[in-house]
Amino acid sequence: MQSDLLEVTSRTDDSSAAVEPLLQIEDLSIGFDAKSGDTLAVLRNVNLSVHAGDAIGLVGESGSGKSTLALALMGYLKRGLRVLNGATWFDENNLFALTRQQLEPIRGGRIALIPQNSGQSLTPSQRIGVQLEEALQLHTALKPGQYQDRIVELLAQVRLPDPGKLVARYPHELSGGQQQRVAIAMALAGDPEVLLLDEPTTGLDVTTQAHILTLLREISQQSDMAMVYVSHDLGAIAQVCNQVAVMYAGEIMLQGDVKQVLREPLHPYARGLLASIPRLRSEALPQALDGRPPAPGEVSNECSFADRCVLADTACRSQRPELMSLPSGERVRCHYHHRADAIPVTVESIQGARKEVASLTPVVSLDNLGITYHRSGLLKQLLGLEDQNTPTVQAITLALQSGETLGLVGESGSGKSTILKSVAGLLPPFEGQMLWRDNERLPETIKQRSSKQLRKIQIIFQNPDESLNPRQTIGEILAQPLKLYFGLSGQELERRSIELLERVRLGSHYISRYPAQLSGGEKQRVAIARAFAAEPDLVLCDEVTSALDVSVQAAVLHLLDDLKRESKTTYIFVSHDLAVVRSLSDRVAVLYQGRLCEFGPAAAVYATPSHPYTEVLLDAVLEPDPDSKPLLMTDDVVELSPPAAGCPFQRRCPQSLGQQCNRETPPWHELDGGHFIRCHLDISKNRRGMSKLPTVELP
Amino acid sequence: MLGLLIRRLALGIVTILLVSVIIFAGVEILPGDACTAFLEREAQGKLLENCRSDLGLNRSATERYFDWASAAIQGDFGVSAGSKKSIATLVGDRLKNTLLLAVCAMAAGIPLALMLGIVSGLWRDKPADLVISTLTIFAMTIPEFVTATLLILVFSVWLGWVPGIVLTSANAPVSEFFPEILLPMTVLALVMIAHILRTVRSSVIETLSSDYAQMATLKGVPYWRMVFRHVLPNALLPTINVIALTIAWLLGGVVVIETVFNYPGLGRMMIDSISDRDLPVTQAIALIISSVYVCVNLLADLLSLVANPRLRTAQLQ
Repeated sequence: MQSDLLEVTSRTDDSSAAVEPLLQIEDLSIGFDAKSGDTLAVLRNVNLSVHAGDAIGLVGESGSGKSTLALALMGYLKRGLRVLNGATWFDENNLFALTRQQLEPIRGGRIALIPQNSGQSLTPSQRIGVQLEEALQLHTALKPGQYQDRIVELLAQVRLPDPGKLVARYPHELSGGQQQRVAIAMALAGDPEVLLLDEPTTGLDVTTQAHILTLLREISQQSDMAMVYVSHDLGAIAQVCNQVAVMYAGEIMLQGDVKQVLREPLHPYARGLLASIPRLRSEALPQALDGRPPAPGEVSNECSFADRCVLADTACRSQRPELMSLPSGERVRCHYHHRADAIPVTVESIQGARKEVASLTPVVSLDNLGITYHRSGLLKQLLGLEDQNTPTVQAITLALQSGETLGLVGESGSGKSTILKSVAGLLPPFEGQMLWRDNERLPETIKQRSSKQLRKIQIIFQNPDESLNPRQTIGEILAQPLKLYFGLSGQELERRSIELLERVRLGSHYISRYPAQLSGGEKQRVAIARAFAAEPDLVLCDEVTSALDVSVQAAVLHLLDDLKRESKTTYIFVSHDLAVVRSLSDRVAVLYQGRLCEFGPAAAVYATPSHPYTEVLLDAVLEPDPDSKPLLMTDDVVELSPPAAGCPFQRRCPQSLGQQCNRETPPWHELDGGHFIRCHLDISKNRRGMSKLPTVELP
Repeated sequence: MLGLLIRRLALGIVTILLVSVIIFAGVEILPGDACTAFLEREAQGKLLENCRSDLGLNRSATERYFDWASAAIQGDFGVSAGSKKSIATLVGDRLKNTLLLAVCAMAAGIPLALMLGIVSGLWRDKPADLVISTLTIFAMTIPEFVTATLLILVFSVWLGWVPGIVLTSANAPVSEFFPEILLPMTVLALVMIAHILRTVRSSVIETLSSDYAQMATLKGVPYWRMVFRHVLPNALLPTINVIALTIAWLLGGVVVIETVFNYPGLGRMMIDSISDRDLPVTQAIALIISSVYVCVNLLADLLSLVANPRLRTAQLQ
């Protein structure tokens, strides 16, 4: 009854505004039939109106139903899903009631989609030109003779270089950013009224992402095309959208103006989400949102966020709140939205203890490490020819102090993970050496390392789905290092396993479960527990939070920080996310093309970015703040291999000095306490009261 | 591209050379030789020695290998120990017959396999797919000699439509093999269809659920256009190699079927030569079959290289 009433009011609202929505989702529920025979909803009673000129962001974590909703806007359902209730209205038609033939002119013509992963969404066997031509042929009145000109025009509109040549390329011959631009051009080809964007920048490097978002913002400003932008990334949404709808467990929890939602949202979940995002300007760990979202079918007549909400009481658990329209124009699904401002959206208290690092005993030192993936061919080896390829990673000299966290940052291909693999003994370097503690040489391969050396260095991988054996129980997974390194068995083994589970905040009942029965965050906790089972001195974290949702990520970051303090472990923390690295690291090393650019205390590197590449990286980071705009310092070209000589960043550097940068390897400068920069530029010029410093050797 | 071509060719040649060494060594290790087999109980004393010096068996193994291999390259496999006739002529007719059988089975089987595979992939879990998939399982799991016997029983004994065994002699012209070839051809085609069909089906299903097929749908591409332009070109690529493997199996696997149907092909000649201990013939046939195997796979690799832009241009860069 109540929901009927609401619908009526929302309808009258629309007519009073006298603007009919272009596209309207009305009380839409979508679900699937589970094996148990129940019908489980992944989208519940969603109402959403899209008007011309709107730019609506749909934000939510994985499983929130945001992608299902985006596809529902085109009348499309993934295999297995069905409409339980409601409709998508477009032009007086319920899209779900139309046949495929009737939908064909609408899809790609009047409503177009920019997909998440363009690399996989472009047909691999067709040239770019053919795929764009198909869109024109299907959705425009152009004559075949005019296609070529229009294609070139579209490709130029999305700023692709040399469109004339590009049309003859196959998708795999383009970089990720270029593929995404082609997908945008293809969506624009039919001159759509509504543009749907499904995570269009996820998986791209920060600089590429900033470029694509700037392009999208311009496109939306230049036309009155409506945009619906789906993303898990509030930072990206802040750049493009003027309205945001926050999704949780298949429901819209909050919808309103982007500034309102990103600054002072009225829903506890939205506030928790904001607080869990690591910020570039803050060295505090983000606030974790405890618990996990409910699975489809787990909640029915209650608030789906109640289990994780600090405001929840019995009313929240017995009555599902309606999406209420507030006088301010926002819509919120919470009984206590007027009290939501009690929940902080930023983390103010800085946990100072973390910064006090560390004795000055080195744990591991890398001395002029060089690593290459190139293997010269059999013929070349037989003829004794030199390999002409420049090595993937070169001249890495770093010393890790006991108890510190060293962050390694850089874009994809910068060699971050490669260095970790070498330290772990998985990929022998071709030059340089690694030293363990008091100058004990660390052998290059696992086979040569002693059991003790192996135990002391542990690695945690990005994706626990791939690093945990799906056929073993959690108990068996944890037992392996305990048996191998400590020879435990029987009761002692079990006691220790449970202890480990408790250390990573998982209960002892997890011991008999399989990885598939755990959520992403729980699996990563198991992977962390396995690493700590060996009682290591050095833990290598390879993008450990990249596959996790932001609220889960915050909890894992807290866990890592706690464990480090408890057991005085040293971390090398690799991530492409500069804000995450900032929140955890004591010192940071910036890598480009496998070469170090900058190295120093986290606060110094982030506060006074001095290497041009660090500057480019930091300026491209998206903050969940509608007023911050990324600066595009340089183009987003992807370099396949480092230059043979000179500075690795020479080709993209906005401040390049030309010949000197192209030929000479830049020297290290020490700016202040332990902050080093490798650049030919006279950095002191940019700094107050600081004279040029002598070139020094890195410790 | 050219470099790759040369590398693949070289690799193929090396493979055949290695195989020839293994075959030769295998025959060499066996107790006895062509002469002991041919002379049977009289294989002793002067007679054996004469025979051995006639056939050149008293030279070292290496020497004989090089003689054999270099002659084989020129198409001369020596003489049969049994009939004393040139192996090249003996094998020639048989090879022709086997190829005839294989080509017929392929001509009927490959298009049918592709078509049925596509149908059952596009109509996944619908009645058409269920029927096709069930029959496929039968065709794959029932051994071909059972299928062969069943077919003979039904079409030859009960219905009397086609002859059950082949009585045409090895050197008869191609036209005389019809209609006798129909049953052996069908049995061969059945197994082949089953293997290819399953690959095509799963490949079509996988491609249909790919992001780019979904994207094509959401771009408003009509269904059949999507199937023919976006799905099939990508779905059929991996089947090239499966077809090649199946063809290679076909040439080796005819042994059973030729025996069942008394078909005068290479496979039956191989069986006969083994039971007669006619080692030169066994050697020659083994070499021919493995060469065909290598060639067909090489061809498939090159074909998929040409057909797949991803592989083709990756090599160019």
